Amino acid sequence: MKTKALTHLKPGDRGVIKEIVAGNCATKRLYEMGLNTGTEVKVVKNDTGPVIVSLFGNKIAVGRGLAEKIMIAI
Amino acid sequence: MNTLALVGNPNSGKTTVFNALTGSNQHVGNWPGVTVEKKEGKFKFNGKTYNVVDLPGTYSLGAFSEDEIVARDFILKGNPDVVINVVDATNIERNLYLTTQLLEMKAKVVVALNMIDEAQERNINFDIEALSKELGVPIVPTIASKRKGIDELIKMSIELIDKDIKPNVKISYGEDIDREIKNLERLLNNKNFEYPSQWIAIKLLEGDKYIYELLSNDESLNSSTEFKDTIDRIKDNIDDYELKIVDKRYEFVNNVVKKAVKRPKEDVETKTDKIDKIVTNKWLGIPIFALIMLLVFQLTFAVGEDLLGGLMSEAMGALGEIIKNSLVKTNSPKWLVSFVSEGIIGGVGAVLEFIPLIVVLYMLMGILEDSGYMARAAYVMDNIMRALGLQGKTFISMIVGFGCNVPGIMATRTLDSKKDRMIATLINPFMSCGARIPVYLVFIAAFFPDKGGLVLFLLYFLGILVALLMGKIFSKTLFKGETSYFIMELPPYRLPSFRNVLRNMWDNVSGFLKRAGTTIFAVVTILWILAVLPLGVEPYSKNSILGQIGTFIAPIFKPAGFGTWQAAVGLFAGLAAKEAVIATLGMVYTGVGEGAALISAVQNAFTPLSAISFMVMTLLYTPCAATIATIRKETNSSKWALFAALYTFLVGWIGAVLVYQIGTLLGFS
Repeated sequence: MKTKALTHLKPGDRGVIKEIVAGNCATKRLYEMGLNTGTEVKVVKNDTGPVIVSLFGNKIAVGRGLAEKIMIAI
Repeated sequence: MNTLALVGNPNSGKTTVFNALTGSNQHVGNWPGVTVEKKEGKFKFNGKTYNVVDLPGTYSLGAFSEDEIVARDFILKGNPDVVINVVDATNIERNLYLTTQLLEMKAKVVVALNMIDEAQERNINFDIEALSKELGVPIVPTIASKRKGIDELIKMSIELIDKDIKPNVKISYGEDIDREIKNLERLLNNKNFEYPSQWIAIKLLEGDKYIYELLSNDESLNSSTEFKDTIDRIKDNIDDYELKIVDKRYEFVNNVVKKAVKRPKEDVETKTDKIDKIVTNKWLGIPIFALIMLLVFQLTFAVGEDLLGGLMSEAMGALGEIIKNSLVKTNSPKWLVSFVSEGIIGGVGAVLEFIPLIVVLYMLMGILEDSGYMARAAYVMDNIMRALGLQGKTFISMIVGFGCNVPGIMATRTLDSKKDRMIATLINPFMSCGARIPVYLVFIAAFFPDKGGLVLFLLYFLGILVALLMGKIFSKTLFKGETSYFIMELPPYRLPSFRNVLRNMWDNVSGFLKRAGTTIFAVVTILWILAVLPLGVEPYSKNSILGQIGTFIAPIFKPAGFGTWQAAVGLFAGLAAKEAVIATLGMVYTGVGEGAALISAVQNAFTPLSAISFMVMTLLYTPCAATIATIRKETNSSKWALFAALYTFLVGWIGAVLVYQIGTLLGFS
């Protein structure tokens, strides 16, 4: 199992959120939006703007700065 | 009367459920003390009337934003008889996360499992009985947009009012936390707080600042060493606890979902995915957004002004004549005839003429919002906004400001960082609100009748540009520090509900009408008095008090090309409300001032160039009193409100002067 930051994944890639290395406030927000550790996400879009991930078909956009701090196990 | 409260995530269809429950029987106000919108409505069932309160849409019930505090305080202190939790069936985990917090509050909950049709389309299937058993609350599948399941929801909720059952589902947060909760509960139990002790205990472990503050005022608690020790011990681990509690809630939710929900492993590509590929495309995203906005303004103009505006104008003119004639016939005193025909019809009438246009604009904006496109607009703008030290979500508050700056500024509450919020609040007045449209329209009709949509679009665009520029300056000077993180849901595209769009339009337009009847009426009355005093002076002349005030202010507008006392008085009146600018011009230029008479008066008093600089001034200068009051309330500071009033004036003046001076240099007139 390798872990990579969310920003390094390609569209179509799937993985499980392993760890979020952001501040408590941002981490809690991510958790509450459904992006908590153990959740499987699929990358929908990752080019210039915020990264869009899909959680069972529901899309969430995460700014690149924060996406760098979300570690995904592939 | 029994009260039902509606709680749910943003985009869960909560508003649609609310509209389906209450129909047209609803009103919008503010929660006491804060500017959060309070929607209330009523419905009748079996001869009894029930009250419904629509709480703000939130993802959680912590102390993250004012919205969350308002929602949870109402559930715990407002004593609703039943809480209806609207849950988006296509997004079950995150929606049930909110449900777990309602269970923690021991609220009497009914879950409306909404958009069940969309879930079925995506092959997500529910075992309703199992779901209800696992959560310990009744569940009603609904399709609120088609009014399906609503009667059942009403019946279920009403049945629950008289039943003496409360949720008894236990969520375990792990041994350590459970022990601390028990411990705290014991210490809190004999105290008289407005919240249940177990809930306070959980919030303390979550590091809820609001609750800490509440408890810090309680002397008996703070004198207990045992309590202090407990709090100190908790604080050592608070970061851990906080996230662990969220995790455990999700663990509970995942268990429930495992038992009651079946869905395919691979999600199918939906229409939303296909549309998003185009509208969020790296290259196409922004041009598409610009095109959509241009289309909105062209359409507003074509339908609201060309098609309907003329009719309204004629109707107003005819009505004015009838009223005036009947007053003259009944030998009313001369001053009354003058006040009614010149003051009221000239002033308030000039504003009412623009109702069709505003109706169309609000409907189109409502359609954009209800369809889910707004979130994409924020997404595509994030890059540009970030380069300016702002973030994409700020842009949503700006778009809301197109309707009215007051809700625009209130929409900044969704921004997480204080810095983002302050900047978004201070730049919102540059977003051209609906009330400014009447001013533009008169000047467009006078000078640019063929290019209405384009001129409107350019003015709105200039507003955005100035707002962004000021945002950049603020983030470099007044509010340094890091930009906050960006997390935003991109809800699926949905066919806008006609009812929601209509409702939203009416909420806005009724505000506009109310202002015409109150603020504008008051302004017009005061201006009329000032225009006919001192006694014996020729009304609306330079020698009236109004004329003298205008003459006094006018010189500062000379470099902008409109240094007349009439223009000065108009802008002065606009401080009360933006429509008053045109109402005032209507009075001072023509006496009976709407329609063609006002337009030809404006043609005589302005040149095309000074018309543009006057529109730029109207766009940018100090916002109306209601906006300034909202800035004061939201920033909790008179200093910032005063700052906003002054700096916008300066920006407006500089903008108008630049337009006029550069235009003159280039040979325009």
